[in-house]
Amino acid sequence: MAGPETTVHDSFADAFAAANATSRWKKYLPERIIKAVLFVCAIASIFTTVGIVSVLIFEAALFFQEVTIWEFLTNTKWTPLFASKNFGILPLVTGTLLTSIGAMFVALPLGLMSAIYLSEYAPEVVRQIVKPILEILAGIPTVVYGYFALLFITPILRAINDDISVFNGLSASLVMGIMILPMVSSLSEDAMRSVPRSLREGAYALGATKLEVSTRVVFPAALSGIVAAFILATSRAIGETMIVTIAAGQNPTFTLNPFVPIETMTAYIVQVSLGDTPTGTLEFKTIFAVGLSLFVITLAMNLLSQFIVRRFREVYE
Amino acid sequence: MADVVRGQFDRRVNRRRLYGQIFHALCLISILIGLGMLALLLVDIFLDGWRRVNWEFLTSFPSRKPEQAGIQAALFGSIYVIALAGALAFTLGVAAAIYLEEYASRNWVAKVIQINIANLAGVPSIVYGILGLEIFVRYLALGKSVLAGSFTLALLVLPIVIIASEEAIRAVPPSIREGGYALGATRWQTIWRLVLPQAFPGILTGVILAVSRAIGETAPLIVMGALTFVPFTPDGPMSRFTVLPIQIFNWVSRPQEGFHEAAAAGIIVLLVVLLSMNALAVLLRNRFQRRLEG
Amino acid sequence: MKSVADNSPIIETRDLNVYYGPTCVISGVDMEVETHKITAIIGPSGSGKSTLLRCFNRMNDLIPSFHMTGSVLFAGRDLYDAGVDPTEIRYQIGMVFQRPNPFPKSIFDNVAFGPRVNGFRGDMNALVEDSIRRAALWDEVKDRLKESALSLSGGQQQRLCIARALAVQPQIILMDEPCSALDPISTLAIEELMRELSNDYSIVIVTHNMQQAARVSDYTAFLNPGEDKTSELIEFDETRQIFTNPKDERTEAYITGRFG
Repeated sequence: MAGPETTVHDSFADAFAAANATSRWKKYLPERIIKAVLFVCAIASIFTTVGIVSVLIFEAALFFQEVTIWEFLTNTKWTPLFASKNFGILPLVTGTLLTSIGAMFVALPLGLMSAIYLSEYAPEVVRQIVKPILEILAGIPTVVYGYFALLFITPILRAINDDISVFNGLSASLVMGIMILPMVSSLSEDAMRSVPRSLREGAYALGATKLEVSTRVVFPAALSGIVAAFILATSRAIGETMIVTIAAGQNPTFTLNPFVPIETMTAYIVQVSLGDTPTGTLEFKTIFAVGLSLFVITLAMNLLSQFIVRRFREVYE
Repeated sequence: MADVVRGQFDRRVNRRRLYGQIFHALCLISILIGLGMLALLLVDIFLDGWRRVNWEFLTSFPSRKPEQAGIQAALFGSIYVIALAGALAFTLGVAAAIYLEEYASRNWVAKVIQINIANLAGVPSIVYGILGLEIFVRYLALGKSVLAGSFTLALLVLPIVIIASEEAIRAVPPSIREGGYALGATRWQTIWRLVLPQAFPGILTGVILAVSRAIGETAPLIVMGALTFVPFTPDGPMSRFTVLPIQIFNWVSRPQEGFHEAAAAGIIVLLVVLLSMNALAVLLRNRFQRRLEG
Repeated sequence: MKSVADNSPIIETRDLNVYYGPTCVISGVDMEVETHKITAIIGPSGSGKSTLLRCFNRMNDLIPSFHMTGSVLFAGRDLYDAGVDPTEIRYQIGMVFQRPNPFPKSIFDNVAFGPRVNGFRGDMNALVEDSIRRAALWDEVKDRLKESALSLSGGQQQRLCIARALAVQPQIILMDEPCSALDPISTLAIEELMRELSNDYSIVIVTHNMQQAARVSDYTAFLNPGEDKTSELIEFDETRQIFTNPKDERTEAYITGRFG
């Protein structure tokens, strides 16, 4: 190697030339191996999806050999664990709908208004403190919310109206709404904060009040983000398990009455898992059919939400 | 003419200001409801359970008699399952993030994986329970063991680890990588010695976030087949087990008041663990940042 | 490794064309970099000066849409030959960047990084000291080698980056506007350092500052984008020639426009 032929560092140069000659393959073989290992790890997530989809489809297919899809989707009775068996998923669907819609009735207005407060009104100091505290709500395990719903909210509701049963959809909905509130609020806030300042300033310069700027300028501009947040939160509520299992009951009932015990799709899966139903029986295979329905519904909602974000994203310069 | 036009405005300044104030108040009330519910929940649980939180509670096994019931089995089960799941999710997740960010940031494989991860993050946790039951418990014949439970939870939190690590790696400025390459470092040398040390605080935060999510998960482990009544501590990765949230669920579902008290006490322990983990995350991050800034 | 006589060019380009995707950004560059001389590349912003420089150590390989035709010879060997591994040649070609980019490590570890990844087994302390001395930084940092490199001033950081490049014993140092983020005094220090280093090393410097090119360089290359946005090498000659008696009127326009 032709190093600069002056001083002591010729010896350094020689050392490098020697090191590079010997360690060349030592340096490049590991590179290839490492890349391959990393690739395998990255692919693991694909295998998870493939695993989920194939397990659900394979097992549900076995179920649908014995129960027609038509019966599954239209029968209004769900009694697979009884002597006279009915396999209509509708009661579980109405149970899920009731609790999720109820939860969104709580989470949407509260979450949206909180987001408007944090994005438009709150001083920076308040925002810095309040936001992490709200996020604690999102980090509390759902079994804790279940406890809160059954042993704190339900007794209060029953004191107000004694038509309400111990297990009911209302209490579960209210608490689930509180649980997903931070999700609605932080996603909507992100959407509103990405609306550029120039838009707000333009409106203020025309003499608009803060209310008018928030509701007529910022809100419409952030609408796609807010709708996406709303759909994601609903999907989360549909997949939520422990609150509804603990507080809403385990009686599949084809009803939208929030005062009586019901059962959601997720709660049914837990019920079977906790019971002594032998694996391999038709009764047990129901959880795969229900799981598949749950997976399809939530996946569709997630895709819809992603589509809305991508399709309607406002591009500001 | 201008005067005439001006006269046609009815600015209703007072009324508009009033509406504005009402709206402001409503927004404030909304956020106070959220915060108030959090406070209410914490106070309610503390009042219900604080009398039971003591050494005996931590070191006793579940019992038919509520006043003797404790959480030792559940606590150890949680620690075993979470430690394994955390280690696994950390390894897999960081490796995947490195691949996606440093090796394949723009090709179609990376795009497919990214979309896939975004959708996995939205799959209900109970569905992971079904996956765990079929693949790990039955197909790989691990049984309803600690190992099967940790695999299930590791897959559940994997998207969180990957997304957080990707963000942390992306935040390392390209000039650092260029500096490494210009000195003749290979790709992996640059990643291992320059990129990862700088991304580490961010990765760590993501992992702690993922682990705290895993600690609170109940449904997937129930479906996978974790027990609800376990009078022993797990003695290895193939042992059967329960975890704290399942123990709490079990106690909540019983009619006796005494068990409800035990459930509240269990929740206090769970929340203390979660809060200290979050504090740890903040602490570690600050320490690393200080060290890097010198 | 092939030996180079002192008087032959260390880098030669032959009909070099650079593309980003389908767009040709630089076309038809033929130039030489003489051993132990300072060669400056000047031209208006967007003329591809840095892109050209980055062809000399294959840093452009990191950009997915990059590809090129023609050849770049380093010590007589084609850098873009299929058998050449970019990491293997980069340690022989040092690079200093526009903004100082010290690693968030100690001063010592910054300099030792290159030797370590290249498997250096000699006396690391001596090597680090030698490199920092050559970068004229030793007296300022000798008592604080364990401190973070980020605690240094901008000018010191840039000299540390030069020391870091020197530590792997390159034959040539590429500098991409090394003073653009520095104050005038630090700039002067770096310019003096470059003159001194040119006794032992060949240097290529990209600069948008024509006084700097006139002050420090022996040779100057002038790049200018044509109407189709593709840059060409307008003129390449001894610096004195370029600045006193340019052959091409575009060179003259650029130089006088900037000086006047």
